[in-house]
Amino acid sequence: MLHLLWLIPALPFAGAFVLIVFGPRLPKRAVAIIGPGVIAVAGVITILIAISFLRTPPPNHAYTQELWTWFDVGGFHPHIGLYLDALSLLMTLVVTFVGFLIHWYSTEFMDGDEGYSRFFAYMNLFVAAMLMLLLGDNLLLLFLGWEGVGLCSYLLIGFWYQDWANCVAARKAFIVTRVGDVAMTLGLLLLFTHLGTLDIQDLMHRALTQWPVGSSLAVWAGFLLLGGAVGKSAQLPLQTWLPDAMAGPTPTSALIHAATMVTAGVYLIARTHVLFSLAPAAQTAVAVVGIATLILAGFAALTQWDLKRILAYSTVSQIGYMFLALGVGAWSAALFHFMTHAFFKALLFLGAGIVINACHHEHSIFKMGGLRKQLPVAFWTFLIAGCSLAGLPLITAGFYSKGLIIYESRAAANGSTTLWTLAVIGVLLTSLYTFRMIFVTFFGEPKTHVEHKPGYSMKIPCIVLAVLSVIGGFVETPRFLGDAHFFTDFLHTTLPAVIPGSAGMSELGSELWVTLAFVVGLVVSYYLYMVNPALVEAITAPALSKALHRFWFSDWGMDWLYDHLFVRPVVWFAHVDRRDFIDGFYNGCAALSRGIYRGLRTTETGRVRWYAAGIVFGSIVFVAIVLLV
Amino acid sequence: MHVLFYIAAAVAIFATLMMLTRLNAVHALLYLIVSLLAVAIVFFTIGAPFMAALEVIIYAGAIMVLFVFVVMLLNLGKRQVAQEKAWQRPGMWPGPVILAIILIVEVAFLVGRPGGAAVGTQAIGPKQVGIALFGPYLIGVELASFLLLGALVGAYHLGVRKQEKLEKRNDKHTHESGAAAGGDFVRAGADRPAGTP
Amino acid sequence: MFALGLTGLLVRRNLMLMLMSIEVMLNAAGLAFVVAGARWMQPDGQIMFIFILSSAAAEVAVGLALVLQLYHHHKSLDADAISEMRG
Repeated sequence: MLHLLWLIPALPFAGAFVLIVFGPRLPKRAVAIIGPGVIAVAGVITILIAISFLRTPPPNHAYTQELWTWFDVGGFHPHIGLYLDALSLLMTLVVTFVGFLIHWYSTEFMDGDEGYSRFFAYMNLFVAAMLMLLLGDNLLLLFLGWEGVGLCSYLLIGFWYQDWANCVAARKAFIVTRVGDVAMTLGLLLLFTHLGTLDIQDLMHRALTQWPVGSSLAVWAGFLLLGGAVGKSAQLPLQTWLPDAMAGPTPTSALIHAATMVTAGVYLIARTHVLFSLAPAAQTAVAVVGIATLILAGFAALTQWDLKRILAYSTVSQIGYMFLALGVGAWSAALFHFMTHAFFKALLFLGAGIVINACHHEHSIFKMGGLRKQLPVAFWTFLIAGCSLAGLPLITAGFYSKGLIIYESRAAANGSTTLWTLAVIGVLLTSLYTFRMIFVTFFGEPKTHVEHKPGYSMKIPCIVLAVLSVIGGFVETPRFLGDAHFFTDFLHTTLPAVIPGSAGMSELGSELWVTLAFVVGLVVSYYLYMVNPALVEAITAPALSKALHRFWFSDWGMDWLYDHLFVRPVVWFAHVDRRDFIDGFYNGCAALSRGIYRGLRTTETGRVRWYAAGIVFGSIVFVAIVLLV
Repeated sequence: MHVLFYIAAAVAIFATLMMLTRLNAVHALLYLIVSLLAVAIVFFTIGAPFMAALEVIIYAGAIMVLFVFVVMLLNLGKRQVAQEKAWQRPGMWPGPVILAIILIVEVAFLVGRPGGAAVGTQAIGPKQVGIALFGPYLIGVELASFLLLGALVGAYHLGVRKQEKLEKRNDKHTHESGAAAGGDFVRAGADRPAGTP
Repeated sequence: MFALGLTGLLVRRNLMLMLMSIEVMLNAAGLAFVVAGARWMQPDGQIMFIFILSSAAAEVAVGLALVLQLYHHHKSLDADAISEMRG
């Protein structure tokens, strides 16, 4: 069964190819079948492989399938090879499953759009690249998938390219992630130069044997890879592209910017965890980045009025949680949160899509309202996902995954109380903005008339994801609540267990604090947005809070900062270089040759006698040479 | 013998010089024929009687006659004399003369180095030439015949012109179109003012 | 004599006279060959002259035919008028 591994990325590639080449000529039904269909088949194969993997695990809990040698230059010969272990299997399952649901949803969401086949071609290409990233057995192949998802993100954000703002957003996303990609390339080069290979397992082994803990090479490599992960996963300081990326269609936001692409950074760090455990400085940096992003994005989400932007900042914040977990060494906790986050964030975006579609593409939550009665399926699934995001105790998956991370941020050897406190504050913020979003959108007086109710293609994926958002957490429960640890057991075949430190607080205590934060957030937002909305105006009226509001709204001024720091100097230089003095050299060469041509042209008179004179002259010269030499 | 050689050589050079400077094409041709005849005498004096005969028969006889025919055909006339006057400016002489002088000097230098032997002590008659031609130089003979055949065919082909149009034109308007078309060599140039090409 | 022919080629503008100058040059070359053959008492120089003669004949035939064509085309024998391959 495992030998069918290659089909998993190959099928979406084939689907993308067919849709790119034949897409416009195919009828819409065919596109709607091919697009989600290849993902569905890939998902089925993944499930079968998973079953086989779990029942009869291959030796060392890892399966490698080498397809062919990519190239062989100077002793460097990366393979096109697929590597399956618990980590990649888990992520592949999530990507194909959630991906399939989102594709199914899009068959109805994108109905009526004239770029229908183009959309599915890009989505398939994206899933193919993501699977390549996840399943690649060497870092070069991973990088191939990395760049591929970056490309598809660009294509899909700018999907409605006739609108200039979308193109700008796509360009911004690509450039900002490119900065991260440069760091990652440097990291790959460093790793290859010093360790001689990019094959991941080989690399980790060599790093373990050749580099001592804390060696500067490992630290540099770790920081550079972190740079790449930060770019792709939209963490500080490269998080500015994700809120603008909401210009793309909602299924894109659901798939790429919630469930899959933005978690590529998490995957990268988890894959190269050996490197990070050899470089404690880098690992601490991961945790710091995570916690800072968490808080920053939480505040930013609190002030947004665009439904999708709230969700974008929420994604940034939740990935901060994952980075935090990676930073303290709680590898499986990070991936647990990844899985549950994929479920509920994708669901939130799909629900947002239903809502936006229904309200004539109105994005502002303050112009919606009272949709509870009119879009019941959307409301209930959105509510379940929101509760999972905020961490409603005991019955939502988010509670378990987030609680685990928060506990580990204190209990792990690399953890600290500061991290724990800030993470709990993050829960408070999450709860606040989530319930603000839900209350304002679904409760209250309806401000927009609902015109377009979702069909079953849009409702069923939402329902499925809602169910998963509830039961997905039960694979890993705290000790005092059943002590299930199927998930971490599964992942411990590839990732090390978290190194316990002194917790200073039991798991129960941590969970209680988290629950408290959740409840406080719920109550406050209920009060502010349901009971006494005027109070919100009163709070934001004074100058200081207005400035603060604006500051948080603009993503803590980072867009302004980058604009002044990077964009303006480059644009200024482009203006100065308008005549392109660097090109002047090449133009000068061309002008010189033109001048020589003009000079030589005068000798071509077309007159026979002139040519005869030339012959005579030449013969004189020759005879003179013969005579004198 | 030597005196004859020098006289003939002087005549040849003088005749060539005159040929260069004549305005009338036919005059120049006649001077050229004189020059060729002088060269034939030179051949005689150095002991190549067969060559002399060939020179007179073929060169002066056939080739120059061909030239004369074409000159007659073109019917250059007074117009052409005036043309040549206009073209033969003294200003255009120095350049080629200098080049030629340099060449002469160089060649003289090259040639004059080793000691010269007596020339013309023995005449090499046609018999010897014939034996050599049909011996080692047989292939050359064949190639020469190829060349002549090719020249024949080429000259014929190049000389062919469409005759029908000419006939029609000559039918309708005899005077002006015939002259204007330039197809009628007899009358061409007769009605144009002198000096124009 | 070769130099004289060369001068004539360069100086005269009339195509016919240019051709005549070329004939002079050919003749001069042949003369040189015959003299050389006579100097070394061998018939080879004369044979060379025969070949030169035949090629001169061929060249004259074709050349004059070309001159006729050119005259027909340009209505003049100006060598400088046929400079269409100007650069």
